[in-house]
Amino acid sequence: MAKLHVTTTINGEPTEFLCEPHHTMLDVLRDTLDLTGSKEGCGSGDCGACSITLDDRLVCSCLMLAAEAEGHEIKTIEGMADGDKLHPLQQKFLEMAALQCGICTPGVLVAADALLKKNPNPSETEVRYWLAGNLCRCTGYDKIVRAVLETAAEMRGAAE
Amino acid sequence: MSDMTNKWIGTSTVRPDGVDKVVGRAQYAADATMPGMIWGKVLRSPHPHAVIRSIDTSKAEALPGVKSVVTAKDIVDFSVGTPVPLGIQDMRWMCRNVMAREKALFHGHPVAAVAAMSADIAAKACELIEVDYEVLPWAIEIEDAIAPDAPILHDFIKFEGKPSNIAGTLEHKLGDIEAGFEQADVIVERSFDTRPVHQGYIEPHACLVSVAADGKTTIWSSSQGQFMVRAMTAFLTGIPQSDIRAIPAEIGGGFGGKTIIYLEPVAAMLSKKAGRPVKMVMTREEVMRATGPTSGAKSTVKIGAKKDGTIVSAQATHYLQAGAFPGSPIRGACGCCFAPYDIPNVYTLGYDVVSNRSKVAAYRAPGSPIGAFAVESTMDELAEQLGIDPLELRLKNAAKQGTKAAHGPVYPVMGYAETVKAALAHDHYKAPLGKFQGRGVASGYWFNAGGESSAQVNITEDGNVVVTTGHPDIGGSRASIANITAELLGIDYRRVSVLIGDTATIGYSNLTGGSRVLFASAMVVTQSTEKVIETLKGLAAKIWGIPADAVTWSDGAARPAGDNAGKFEPLTLEELAAKANMTGGPIGAGTQLNTTGAEGGFATHICDVEVDVDLGIVRVIRYTSFQDVGKAVHPAYVEGQMQGGAVQGIGWALNEEYIYNKDGKVDNPGFLDYRMPVCSDVPMLDNVIIEVPNPLHPQGVRGVGEVPLVPPLAAIRNAVYNALGIRFNSLPMSPPRVLEKLDAMKQAAE
Repeated sequence: MAKLHVTTTINGEPTEFLCEPHHTMLDVLRDTLDLTGSKEGCGSGDCGACSITLDDRLVCSCLMLAAEAEGHEIKTIEGMADGDKLHPLQQKFLEMAALQCGICTPGVLVAADALLKKNPNPSETEVRYWLAGNLCRCTGYDKIVRAVLETAAEMRGAAE
Repeated sequence: MSDMTNKWIGTSTVRPDGVDKVVGRAQYAADATMPGMIWGKVLRSPHPHAVIRSIDTSKAEALPGVKSVVTAKDIVDFSVGTPVPLGIQDMRWMCRNVMAREKALFHGHPVAAVAAMSADIAAKACELIEVDYEVLPWAIEIEDAIAPDAPILHDFIKFEGKPSNIAGTLEHKLGDIEAGFEQADVIVERSFDTRPVHQGYIEPHACLVSVAADGKTTIWSSSQGQFMVRAMTAFLTGIPQSDIRAIPAEIGGGFGGKTIIYLEPVAAMLSKKAGRPVKMVMTREEVMRATGPTSGAKSTVKIGAKKDGTIVSAQATHYLQAGAFPGSPIRGACGCCFAPYDIPNVYTLGYDVVSNRSKVAAYRAPGSPIGAFAVESTMDELAEQLGIDPLELRLKNAAKQGTKAAHGPVYPVMGYAETVKAALAHDHYKAPLGKFQGRGVASGYWFNAGGESSAQVNITEDGNVVVTTGHPDIGGSRASIANITAELLGIDYRRVSVLIGDTATIGYSNLTGGSRVLFASAMVVTQSTEKVIETLKGLAAKIWGIPADAVTWSDGAARPAGDNAGKFEPLTLEELAAKANMTGGPIGAGTQLNTTGAEGGFATHICDVEVDVDLGIVRVIRYTSFQDVGKAVHPAYVEGQMQGGAVQGIGWALNEEYIYNKDGKVDNPGFLDYRMPVCSDVPMLDNVIIEVPNPLHPQGVRGVGEVPLVPPLAAIRNAVYNALGIRFNSLPMSPPRVLEKLDAMKQAAE
């Protein structure tokens, strides 16, 4: 079967790739484009380790066919920092020890960023339900939730 | 010993591996590639128990794109009659677990593997392999496996002279329990069962292995021990250890479940036959069907006490599932379950039971949560019958320095009573509760461990520091090692780089597990750094022309002391490093030790729950952990261990279980139906770190990671009793089971 030719934008860069019709966006990110920051924990949309945004909408890249990227804009964890300047969420996760093994961290950060773009002042409950699709087995979520709330407060402060 | 003058030990510095992890650059097992790499896939048994009569791989081998096929014939065979122990594993079972030999012993047991130009082709080729099975009756649960007419998994395993699925027993004995029970005013005896639960690491097992034509082998994989990977792969492939370089990838969670290997020897043989590097990555379904979990168990506990609460006798029997091969953690269940208490008469007995499930692997304090669930639940009922507060009962019977434990040791300085006192004094214990809310407490113990560790501390030419150890970092050990090295050298922690060496670049180091890594690696790093400081002092003495013992080291510089004090300007680490070429050459030191002196760790937890009586959902609404950690070198990551363990315990207590169908297959091999706690399931988790320093360790470290998973199961169960008046002696307390008990209670009331 002939491969599909896809033209898309990834982290602001115009990108083209070839893929099989059944390949997921995660397959292509990791195995074709060397963007291995998105992780495969389950392949069934349950763990959130592969979270990316598609036109600013949070999606599990393991549930998206790569061909669906055609003409759309994708952002991954690799596009979150601005050069060598970390995003405030990344910085806060480091300062507040909100990661241990780190395998869920890219997905959690992408999801948390999507939340704060939508809701700059989330309650603890809103953070917890928004991140309910991102499994973490190391932290018990405490420090993750605190880091997101703290970042939101700082970003609101900076915006004023 | 650490004290208030510490600058870095006891502070929550940014972890050295942190930036790579928040930007997506950290390399885990599945993230590596090699030139010419191809993909491997495993064919797994569709039956829970079957004789493998024959395997025909010819059609698979003929498929275009297939480069090699491996079966048990390609894995070294260890005869079942002679034990070949390696750490906690036995190569007789390992060679049969990585590739089924005579029989397939569980649904998902590997029977063959293929390497091909793409993962798709490899998967297609697996379907073309023809296996002739003779399907046998199977046993999944303990009661089925120990029944008189049970199907026998291994006919060479005998118990009481007959073929049996009981592969072994273990007992601990102290005093005379019968005489003890005669003195008791109150005796409580109860039976319990817990389900097997998976470690639940988010990163599936994966590896990339290259075997060259001369046998030189490179393994890139995520594990809790690159030296374990090297040794087991060598045993199972016949490649000498000196030809294998095992490189530790970042590990995406282990919790004990990566103290064993599954893929590496298979990938090595596929690579050897194909002449190309082979990458293998498990799916989540494969992880759930064929790796881990920890044991399910059946336990009976009997505790006798006098009216004043003094416990006079205690007995426990634990049957633990081992999965398809012997080796359940009965030592943890039997050794830890009464360890928090000073009881004169104790008897514990464990049975290791094989059945047609995947072989169990270590899971955080292996066996101890199972034993603690039974004992700490019985303690709760004993407290009620005696009319004594459950924490006061524990305090009255708390083991202390000098207590003889049933599993062997006479305790040195230890902090169990401190955890109970802190819990009693905490405002959580006095906070009011509402309707359908309840509070429970429980305690727990883990042995902790020392063992082999190696470290190398090198000073760079610009006067900074590179520390290499041999332990994969699963809980933040690199951050703690940076703190310790910076403290000893008197420099900023950011000047210390901490790396994990591969098997060719650092000396032998045992597994990351058993809460041993910071205990052991801090010892070898401390000794290495002290040697470096001696070297630096000697260099300064040489420059100044004074005796080496007339030099001291503080705040990152050598200083003249005694009669010479003030005579010379201090020489900093940078200055000494810059002059090293002229004064003696490279500065560095290594240490290799079999560390001893690990002392046990104790914790007490308080848990509040609220039960939704319409839906049967138990919600944990407040949770506080009290733990003696010896010394918290990096408090934030100590808290992280305590919080993470508590939430794994919440999952074990409330939801996690394997559901086997009538065909002996797991029906819920994924994260949707195997329900681990998600963010919205849990509250913030409070921690009280108690520091009773271990006198046998340079920083006072005991070990942290295991104990947090020990008390939660009973603490939550006791809280549910407090909320509903229903005692759950069987886990998990999932919504259908809670509703069933509530309905039964309603009917009984009508």
